[in-house]
Amino acid sequence: MPMLNRLFLPTLGLALVMFAAAPALIVNAPYETTMGLVQKIFYFHVPAAMTMFASAFVCGLASMRYLFGRRATADRVALAAAELVVLFGIIVLVTGPIWARKAWGVWWQWEARLTSTLVMWMIFVAYLLLRRYGGPGSDRLGAGLAVFGMANVPFVYVSVNWWRTLHPKTSVVMTLDPGMRPAFWWSVAAFVLLYVALLTVRTRLAEQRTRLEGIHLALDD
Amino acid sequence: MSAWIGGFLRVAWLVMRKDLTVEMRSREILYTTAFFAASCILVFAFGFVKQGRPVDDVSAGILWIAIAFAGTLALGRTFERERTNETLQALMLAPCDRPAVYAGKLLGILLLLLFVEVLIVPMVALMFQADLFRSPLLLVALLAAGTLGFAAVGTLFAAMLVRARSRDVLLPVLLYPITIPVIIAGVRGTAAIMQEGGEPLARAWVAMLVFFDVVFVTLSLWTFEAVMTE
Repeated sequence: MPMLNRLFLPTLGLALVMFAAAPALIVNAPYETTMGLVQKIFYFHVPAAMTMFASAFVCGLASMRYLFGRRATADRVALAAAELVVLFGIIVLVTGPIWARKAWGVWWQWEARLTSTLVMWMIFVAYLLLRRYGGPGSDRLGAGLAVFGMANVPFVYVSVNWWRTLHPKTSVVMTLDPGMRPAFWWSVAAFVLLYVALLTVRTRLAEQRTRLEGIHLALDD
Repeated sequence: MSAWIGGFLRVAWLVMRKDLTVEMRSREILYTTAFFAASCILVFAFGFVKQGRPVDDVSAGILWIAIAFAGTLALGRTFERERTNETLQALMLAPCDRPAVYAGKLLGILLLLLFVEVLIVPMVALMFQADLFRSPLLLVALLAAGTLGFAAVGTLFAAMLVRARSRDVLLPVLLYPITIPVIIAGVRGTAAIMQEGGEPLARAWVAMLVFFDVVFVTLSLWTFEAVMTE
């Protein structure tokens, strides 16, 4: 995908500039009255979570396309997206407990959103394990798993919700203090740009790996 | 249309009968899986019985973990049998609907697991003084819907892993995160049954499981051919 390749440098550069400028905006955003300084992690935690879920969706759709359309590019995009789900998931699962320690007094709660995020993250870790250790044919199996993982999201969400609830609601984003909005959406944009840059570079890596293998095989013959 | 449905059901029935006939000759999977489930329950008893009394609600969890563990074992063994004799390839070459083959395998595993459950449910009820049979119909519905959901995903994954390396460890690694809704619904539903006035809650869990079954059986039938062709 030459178009995507050209996207890499500009998106990465812009993302880096935005990340560098983000602290200034976050510092100037108003303090949350009850939580104070701890709330600032929200500018990092929520955008990472949004990117993670978007990436899971990208992986599921690309897998579906690969499973039924058999396009090699779709498979590479799916693999790249799955790796990024795990990466951004680590950010979410590390920043979450840091906040929870201050706000709730414990590192981990078996609460609906935490648990469902952990389950989602584990599905994609399983996907990567399958791709890594499944041997030949694991690309199709991975695609199957990703489609199941995507269909599973509402069920995990509902079941875990009926099981437990304590996390700040998603409506927090909509009812955000106007003073906090610029810093928040700035962070979201930075994360999305970083995501696009990483996705393109990882997809290209997979593409070149395949090409290299092809050359290797041609030499062997 | 009706001819197609008839053909589908006939193939599914034949595949299931084949699996059960093979199984009934040795009863290997049935005996080993049932004994494994019983050992699981025993091992859990050492963890969750304090001063001779089980911890609250623990029986529901133990029951469903035993089902999930035993189910994984049964799934792995069933497809290992097909793999060593390379009969799965023969099945896939047969001139019939691939989804019907999946349905047949699913029915075989389902029956096997229901057999195991007939043994372990009374065992849990006896050993943990659990009032599992307060509303027997709800319990049956919960077990049937839960087992179907677990087996539907499990059969597809076990079938696709037949060709994969490290399939033994990959099956539970892939299966458990996906079937977490089944486990939660099963455990919470069973716990609700044992409680005074918990029936509406248990019914809600059954409804969720039925919904899960519909989605995942459909999805499995739809993707089976795509993931199985090389």
